[in-house]
Amino acid sequence: MNLSRDDIPALAFSALLLGLAAMLPLTGSSYWMGIGLSIAMFTVLSTSWALFSGPTHYISLATAAFFGLGTYTVGLGFESLPFWLLIIIAAAIGAALAGIVGLATLRLSGVYFVIFTLGLAELVRQLTTWVQNLTGQRGFYVLTDIGETEIYLMLVGLAALVFLTGWLIGRSRLGFALRIIGDDEEVARHSGINTARAKVLLFMVSGLVAAATGAILAPRYVYIEPSLAFSPILSFQVVIMALLGGPGRLWGPLVGVIPFTFLWEAISSSFPNQTTLVLGIAFLVIVYALPRGFVGLIEDGRHRLRAREGYA
Amino acid sequence: MKRRSVLRLGAAALAAPAIIPGRAFANDPIRIGAVAPKTGPLAGGAAVSHWPNIALWSSQVNERGGLNVGGTMRPVEIIEYDDQTNPGETIRAVERLANQDNVDFILAPYGTGLNIAAAPLMDRFGYPQITSTCITDQVVDLSGQFSNMFFLLGGATGLAEGIVSVLAGMRDAGQIGGNVAMVNVADAFGIELAAAGRPALEAAGFNLVYDSSYPLGTQDLSPVMRGAKDAAPDAFIGFSYPPDTFGLTEQAQIEELEVGAFYTAVGASFPAYAGRFGPAVNNILGAGGVNATSEAFQAYAAAHTEVAGQAPDFWASAMMYASLQILEAAIETVGADREAVSAHLKETTFDTVNGPVTFDEHNNNPEYWTVGQWQDGLFRGVASTGREGAVDAVVKDGWT
Repeated sequence: MNLSRDDIPALAFSALLLGLAAMLPLTGSSYWMGIGLSIAMFTVLSTSWALFSGPTHYISLATAAFFGLGTYTVGLGFESLPFWLLIIIAAAIGAALAGIVGLATLRLSGVYFVIFTLGLAELVRQLTTWVQNLTGQRGFYVLTDIGETEIYLMLVGLAALVFLTGWLIGRSRLGFALRIIGDDEEVARHSGINTARAKVLLFMVSGLVAAATGAILAPRYVYIEPSLAFSPILSFQVVIMALLGGPGRLWGPLVGVIPFTFLWEAISSSFPNQTTLVLGIAFLVIVYALPRGFVGLIEDGRHRLRAREGYA
Repeated sequence: MKRRSVLRLGAAALAAPAIIPGRAFANDPIRIGAVAPKTGPLAGGAAVSHWPNIALWSSQVNERGGLNVGGTMRPVEIIEYDDQTNPGETIRAVERLANQDNVDFILAPYGTGLNIAAAPLMDRFGYPQITSTCITDQVVDLSGQFSNMFFLLGGATGLAEGIVSVLAGMRDAGQIGGNVAMVNVADAFGIELAAAGRPALEAAGFNLVYDSSYPLGTQDLSPVMRGAKDAAPDAFIGFSYPPDTFGLTEQAQIEELEVGAFYTAVGASFPAYAGRFGPAVNNILGAGGVNATSEAFQAYAAAHTEVAGQAPDFWASAMMYASLQILEAAIETVGADREAVSAHLKETTFDTVNGPVTFDEHNNNPEYWTVGQWQDGLFRGVASTGREGAVDAVVKDGWT
């Protein structure tokens, strides 16, 4: 593999940031661990979402389906299998479902795809409930010693893998193909790119990561039931955070997740009676004020800086 | 703010010290955190059974000057958060209450899933968690893992066996026959109750002539009710949630389901249920119950209506209030020391609106109401696992 001159400092800088993130448990504050955990979870989900949706412009609302499958995998197998194995199984199930769904639906475009992915979470949830109802299976209890520090570190590790994957894809022929698909799918097909294969592969990556995240978080929720595991709001949160950051860059969702988590926290603690209302207003303001997300803001700033230097 | 309300506030501020002379304002309040749904799927239930009790209790305590902690009267200050019916938010709110707000106590959240999600953190920070809406058959495992978690409302098996025993009693008295139609909402709680109800019905010698389920959120329940009616049952059991509790009852009325016993689960004890169906509600059976004619409950219901502007329900409301009474008594006895309060909870009998409560070795309240029945405008307990004041179940006669 060829690393260019710019790559080495960028990789070193990323490694340093991840290292710093992994030190958070040393602060010993459970409150900051909670916020860190939320940031890590949404960083993983939004970044993996943007790996697929960023270049292809296909908006997927299926995150909750994969996430819920992951938590259920742990709930089901928790008594009989080791936790690390369950995370891998969850990831495999997530990838397999994304593959099947992708093959069936990625020929759909635009709003049809959005609607289908939204329905997918509900479909998986109803299927799960149906199976539980047939078997008389009760809610699952995941009672463990796995605490938030372990969960947090696993999520940071997963984030590192997601960033590495994204970086590698960006440099590969696959990444190039995806950018062309995003610009004009017709052109891509005529250039001999197997568009279906490229899209399905990336959709599988985001499904895999979301399922693994759900599996990792299962011990935190302790009690697994369909209405909680497949909560549709998760899918929307992921999309909003990624869009707030800017899905066009690998680090884009991250700069959306961090301010959004603090905003969410501030709203939840300051407006306990109007949380949902204030959040809705915040969404509107974000969409109007920052149509290209924080990435757009940062890049405009850079351009202005450069322009000024040019005149000087 | 309008000028008039500013003036009124100012006047109130001036008048307050005069009204309550001798009240020690310098005393630190006891800070109590509360997290439960104000939005999301469980917000409706929490607005009936959970939040009004917190408002009632805190106003009652502060009206009499506060909690007596070691001779000092300390008012209570409630810090509320909305968890949006999302366990992740419940967890975050508990972290915020424990670490940022540094509250002295945290009230147990609302509902089974949200309570269990909060349990690991409540346990780690050492907060006693006196649950009043956490219905689970896993009490032994949960209290084994979280030694400060307490359970008031009972388990699914107890509730399901309760209605079966009531039906058996009516059958043995020759009031109804042995054919039962059972339906359940295909969601966690409905599934649990149905799974416990099937073997109990069989063991009691009932003939299950119709056994079906419907997904949560089903709007049209007429096929379910028609199916049940075609099986010509003597008794109908619906292990249902609030929206479909209302839906099933409405369909039974439309189809004129002729049964001697009609039971729906969660929501049948809500005053709004009686309000919706009027006289037709008479002799409907439902999950839960209270000793509705007892002096303690009557006084509680009157105070609840006055402070919250709405009547309490006839099941979880009173249990939620009981959990606050228990917390209050424990703090007044051993002080605002969480560890001491937890220890005290395990060894004392508490006097509550539901009668005396003693937790067993698994932090469980073994004596709870399982079945109630609407009789002359009150939802009265007809079966329990050891509560006083049960009345006999009455045969349902028609829908008018």
